[in-house]
Formats: sequence, structure tokens, C-alpha cells
Amino acid sequence: MSTALSTFESSLDRLEVGWTRTTPDGFEDALASAIDPPAVGVPLGIDGVSLDGTAVETPPTPRLLREANTGVTRAGKAIARYGTLVVDSDPAGTEPVSLYPPTHVAVVRESDVLPDVESASDHLGVRFADGGSSVFATGVSSTGDMGALVEGVHGPKHVHVLILEER
Amino acid sequence: MSAERRRKAEKIRHLLETEGDAVHENITHMNAERYDAIERFDDFEALREEARAIKEDAIADLPALVEQVRESVEANGGHLYVADDAADANRYITDVADSKDADTLVKSKSMTSEEIEMNDALEAAGVDVWETDLGEFVLQVADEGPSHLIGPSLHRSREDVADLFNEVFDPEEPFETAEELTAFARDYLGEKIHAADMGMTGANFVLADSGTITLVTNEGNARKTAVTPDTHVAVTGVEKILPSVEELQPFVELISKTATGQDISQYVSMFTPPVDSPTIDFENPDDPLGSGDGEREFHLVLIDNGRLDMREDDQLKETLYCIRCGACANSCGNFQHVGGHAFGGETYTGGIATGWEAGLRGEEAADEFNDLCTGCSRCVNACPVKIDIPWINTVVRDRLNGDATPSEFEFLVEGLTPDAEDSVDLQKRLFGNFGTLAELGSKTAPLSNWTAKLGPVRSLMDEYLGVSRERDLPQFQRETLVEWFESRRPRAPNADATRKVLLYPDAYTNYVLVERGKAAVRVLEALGAHVELASPIESGRAPLSQGMIDTASEQADAVAADLEPYLEAGFDVAVIEPSDLAAFRREYEYLLPEAAHDRLAENSYDVMEYVYGLLENGADGSTLAAPEEPVAYHSHCQQRTLGVEAYTEAVLEDHGFDVVTSDVECCGMAGSFGYKSEYYELSMDVGEDLYEQFADEDDRTLVASGTSCTEQMGDLFGRDVTHPVELLDPGP
Repeated sequence: MSTALSTFESSLDRLEVGWTRTTPDGFEDALASAIDPPAVGVPLGIDGVSLDGTAVETPPTPRLLREANTGVTRAGKAIARYGTLVVDSDPAGTEPVSLYPPTHVAVVRESDVLPDVESASDHLGVRFADGGSSVFATGVSSTGDMGALVEGVHGPKHVHVLILEER
Repeated sequence: MSAERRRKAEKIRHLLETEGDAVHENITHMNAERYDAIERFDDFEALREEARAIKEDAIADLPALVEQVRESVEANGGHLYVADDAADANRYITDVADSKDADTLVKSKSMTSEEIEMNDALEAAGVDVWETDLGEFVLQVADEGPSHLIGPSLHRSREDVADLFNEVFDPEEPFETAEELTAFARDYLGEKIHAADMGMTGANFVLADSGTITLVTNEGNARKTAVTPDTHVAVTGVEKILPSVEELQPFVELISKTATGQDISQYVSMFTPPVDSPTIDFENPDDPLGSGDGEREFHLVLIDNGRLDMREDDQLKETLYCIRCGACANSCGNFQHVGGHAFGGETYTGGIATGWEAGLRGEEAADEFNDLCTGCSRCVNACPVKIDIPWINTVVRDRLNGDATPSEFEFLVEGLTPDAEDSVDLQKRLFGNFGTLAELGSKTAPLSNWTAKLGPVRSLMDEYLGVSRERDLPQFQRETLVEWFESRRPRAPNADATRKVLLYPDAYTNYVLVERGKAAVRVLEALGAHVELASPIESGRAPLSQGMIDTASEQADAVAADLEPYLEAGFDVAVIEPSDLAAFRREYEYLLPEAAHDRLAENSYDVMEYVYGLLENGADGSTLAAPEEPVAYHSHCQQRTLGVEAYTEAVLEDHGFDVVTSDVECCGMAGSFGYKSEYYELSMDVGEDLYEQFADEDDRTLVASGTSCTEQMGDLFGRDVTHPVELLDPGP
């Protein structure tokens, strides 16, 4: 197992973000366990896995954004050191689907786990040059503004990561 | 106390009573997290250097970078507007709202929009504005200003917010918990976001080569604000531009750690607008996202409002490197107790506020709170871009001094200042010339000490000089350290020794706390060094803290001239008072030619640092006094900034002392600060933290490195306080 991957998993543990390691064969079962229906998603764009035939509804609509309990998206990259998901915006709606529902389930390929922020610069540079946008999302949304730490504000209260092993 | 000072004291007292506890509790928590986050981050110092260098270059290249941003934003299909001032910015933004027939706008937190009072301008143009950051929302509901750069409602406790929301929103079940309040605000603001015609954010950073803006939040409100409405306006200061994503990385790593003590913030959004995320039309809930006919529109408003002039101001320029993390405020002893409603201007708060308010609104805008910076320098190591914040405060104070009108009680402090600074406020001239005063006091002791204790004299001092009558005044000694040193036979017993050290005494050591000077001489000699005593010329620390830079420069020149022949002859310089060492190492950079500063900075040592060095190099510690009692040691704020307090602790522990140390930022006395009538209560309130740390240490000798700390601890504990070098004193 790569160092980055094990660092990523311990970072997620520290953030109290759940994670499941899975394979393309086990993906549908892992997904089914991770989501709290109703769920909305965007196509993952990863060979060998798909949301078709799962309980995740596509394409996203405003109603689904408001009413779904779970949003399922891909994370283009992940940053091991902080347990960060790099959520790449796209016309399908990865950005709002990762943000609106109270639970976000992110699928990240094992090979997309990078060691640190610095190593994500190339990925971002290419995207920005092309007019693209990305978000570093780390853990769950939170605030201290009401006098105590509260999780789940404008963004998700729960995050679960499906780490996809590739053969 | 004069009317002006009384008004100031009353305002501070009111804030201590109403907001002080919440501010103190919240900041204490944030600081603990911050220290931990930095402790576990090995790259902190290297990244600070890198971030500093990036900002220096970016501000130097700013005009070119603005043009590059224009090209990038326009190439992406967005609009860039560079606004000269607040009115210009507001005109542009209301025009955009008008062109979209916007009735409502949702906003993510933006200090720049507070600076230009954008909400008022939009409301006047008929647009309803909703703050979506929960802290800002609380302020909006309460109709008050921010008290902290990153925690705008930090001065409010959960109970305060619950009372406010129960009164304004009148819920069926009254709100009690933070969870209930958060859930309510989220749902309430969620509806506003869904319905909004426009979204407005700030921008923490703007990348010139791609037109990407970076937004750092924990709640996720900036993301929703930016991508939900079809029209997005980002408002930010022109100084936020970085060249490219390569330069962004250090800032992403630093900002969360120095701001909230998080390894990284929950959401670092890097949007290249107009973003490619689909539009969201909540009025047609079952159509797929993006199927409405909405098109995304983006405007970036870069605000000058005085910033380009600041760039030309050698002293204020560094302010533009600020990334608004608030670490300077959090590391400030005074801010920790009184918060940003006392320690800040219209918009910006804390240590860096002086630079911002002076640069954006003129120096007078900083007058009200500038003196709350005591120059303790604890913010210096906290700043992620290494801004010398105390120096900016000193410079602005100096400029404000120049504008003061001469007083009718001029005669009281006549002859205390060079002509260049003879219009400076009497109180400042008094404290800025402590050396002259001490010399006079010593010559006339004990009469001077006796006179100074008389009630009518103290009343006059309070009324006209602003010297608090609650404070004991220094007791001047008739025999000075210099006189004692000159009278010894032999005057320098180790004259042949190879290790030669020049002991630098400040006025306090020479005229008041003479014993610590004698102890320093005897300790250094017991360790085999040839000791000479420098002339007791003031280092300039006292006038610097009053913003009297001309006077400080003259003193620095005199000190340098006095020390020069000794440095030439291979002497090291040992300094008793930590604030003088800080002057030699830090502020003299601004006061002396570079070569003279470098040489002095490299060859001066804290006296206990020097003792440590002698012992490490083989000197015999058994010649020093044996430890008797356990000690409670409070090092000095400037000593800690320099990182030399560890030597004192190491020497004492190695020598067998049982030591406990304090970790508060500052004792609260801070030179003359605690003597000033208008600040006495705040000074004692800050001192309370130190008191609590040692409250259970009754059996320990109180030990402090600095004179101010010695005086403050004397008042707080009602016990004698010793300098660490006195603990080692082998005696006559």
C-alpha cells in the first residue's frame, strides 16, 4: 500500500470522516452501504464503475438538491496530509451535489491520492488554465459563530469516502 | 484624569464589562488551537519566508498584475472593474444590481465590502442584502460592527445570540443551544440563497494568470453564494493578487493555521468564474440543473481606496502583505481582554488595524486605538507574512504626535524632548524621556521619592500628565549603578581575562533597580569575565513606545557611539533589560545604518543568555549562589519574541532551581502603558491572566526579567519580585 494512501486514511480517521476501500466489483455494495437515501449524484467518469442501476438518482434537479439526504460525486484528487478531497467543478453539477445534501459521498481513485497541497498544484494549474474550478473540501462543514462548535451548516454534516482500488 | 482620558477609560471599562469575557474565552480557545497547529507543522518558518517573499514581489509588480487579471477575467467571459474608492465601487456594484433588476443579494463574508459600506449602498438602491456567514448574520441582526477580522461576532456568547434571536425572530420554542441557533440560521439563510438574484463574495486571493479567485471558509456559505445565483460579484482589495497557483500553496497552508488553528480550512474554493457549474433554478424544481435559460455572469471589483498610495509609503507598505488571518489580534494581550470594538477602527481590528485604517482613511482614523498597541511584539512571530506590526504602530503614532497641539502645561516637561518633537502630548513626552526624569529623580532622592508620594502631587500628575494614581512610582536610588561600579577597588577584577563583556544598563537599572545591575556584574565576574559598564544612555525604548522616533534615533546614535569602541576591542554586550535587547536586535534596524545595526545585533546578548554561554563554554557555575527557594518565573514579551527566554530557564534549571514558568503573552504593564490613567484598569485586567497562573505558587520566589513585569507583579501579588540574575548573585 502506498504511503500516501495510508496517510490519507489516517487523516480521514482524524477528521472522523468515514471511508471504505473497495474495488470496481465491490463498488455497488460499498456505495449502497454509504448512502442514506434519497440520494442524488453526477456521473463519476471513472472506468469500471457507474451510478447506473444504483439507488442514486441522476441527473440532479433543484428539488433533489433540496430534498436528497446524500450527494454522490467523484473527487478528482485527494490530499493525503489533510484528508482533503479535491472536488472539481463541472457542468454536470459536481460542485452543488457535493455541497447541498447533508451527506456527501465522494469516490476517489487510489491513484488520485496525492501526498500534499504542493503536489496538487499541477492538477489545479491545468484546470484553471482551462477555465476550470476546484474546491479543497476537508471534513464537514462547521461553525463556531453561535457560541459552540456545530457541524453541518451550509455544507454537509457527514462525509464518506469510497477509495477505489484499481487492478 | 482629563476629560478625554476619562472618556477613553470609561469606554474601555464598559467593553471589559460587556464583551471582555466572551472575547477572552473565544480567543483563548483559538490561540490554543493555533499554537498546536503550528507546533505540528514543520514547514511553518520556511513557508512564512516564502509567503513574505511572494507578497513583496506581488506588491512590487501590482500594476502589471492588475492588467494580467483584467486579461484573464475578460478572456474567461467575466468583467473586471478597478474602483478608485468606496463611492466608485458602490456605484459600479449598484449598477450591476440595477442591470439585473436584482431585488435580493446574498453575501459571503467580506471585510472589503464592510470597508466600503456596500450593504448600505445596496439597501439604498432598493436591494435586500443578506449575510450568509453566521457570524456576519448575527451582526446584521444586531445591527453592529465586526469586532474581529475572522470572527466578526466573537464578542458575543451563545447566550447573547440566543437572547438576540429570540427577541428578533420570536420562535415558538425559544432558542437555547448552539445547534438550534445554527439550524435556524442555516434554514433561514438557505431560503434567502435559493431566492437571491445575485451572489456576492470577497476573495482571499486572486490568481493573475488564470483569473481564479480563492475563498476560504468553514461553513460552505461562500460556495453556495458563488454558485447558486446566476450573477456573482466578487469584491476585494487590489492587494490580494498572486501571480499563479504556484504561489497560492504557501498561503493555503498558512492561513487556516494562523487564523483558526486548523490544519486546513474546511473549504478552499478556487473558482475561475464564470464557473462551469450548472445554473440552479429553484423555481423549476424538477428540471435538471442548468436547463433554465440562465447564463452565468461574473464581475470582479478590485478596490484601491488608498492601497496604491500605501504601496508608495515605505512604512505602511507592509500592511498590504496582510492576509487578514487575525493572528496579530489573537496574540495581543490587550486585544484578548477588550476585543476589536476598542482595538480597531471602522472595519479592521487588532494590531494590523492601525496600518489598514491609517492607509485607507488617514492617520487620524487610527488615533482612537493606536495606543493600545504596547509594542510587546508578540504578534511579530504570529504573522504568517512576517509584517513588523509594532513598527507600523510606532510609525503611525509618530505621525499622529506631529499633529498634536502644544499644551498650556508645557512647562511641566520642558526640556524633555528635542525641538523636532516639542509638540508631542505631555504624557508621551514624560514617559518618552524616562532617562532624563530618572537622572533628576536620583540626584534629588530621597526628596523626589517623598514628593512624588504626596496626594496633591499625584492628583496633578493624574490630571495633567495622565499618570495613574493607583500605581506606585519608581523609587530612585541616591547611589547609581555607575557610581557603585566606579567606586569599586579593583574596579574590574578580571581585567586580564580573555572573555570581555560590556554590561549595558538602562536607566531603571542605573537609578532604580540598582541591585540587579550589581548582581549582573558580580555573576559575570564570578564566571571569569572581564566586565566593563556601558554609559547609562537610554536605548530609545521609552520614546519609541510613545512614537517619538526622532528622540529614539538620537538615543540609538548615542548608544551606538558609546558601544562602538568596545565592539571594536572585541567586547560582547550583555543587556539586562529585555526590551533594550529587542531595540538593539529589532528596532535599531530602522534607526541605525545597516552595518552598525548588524554588528550590535550580532554581538548583544540577554544577560542570562550570556551567562548560559559562559557556563556552556566551561565557566565554573559553583562560584554562583546555590539555589534556595523554588521560583515562579515570568519571562518578558519581547524576550520571548526574540526566543531568548529559554536561556534563563535552562540556566536556572541546570543550576538546580525548581522552576515554573508563565505562558501569558504579556504582563499587561508594558512599559509606561500600565502607568497611564486611561489604561490602568485594562492593564490590571490583562495582568489577571498572569496572576492566575501563579496564584497557587505562594511558596515560590517571584522572578521576572523585565522592569515592567517586576512592577506589575509587585502590584498583582503584593510581593517582592527578583531578576533571575539576582538568584545567582554570589554577593559582594
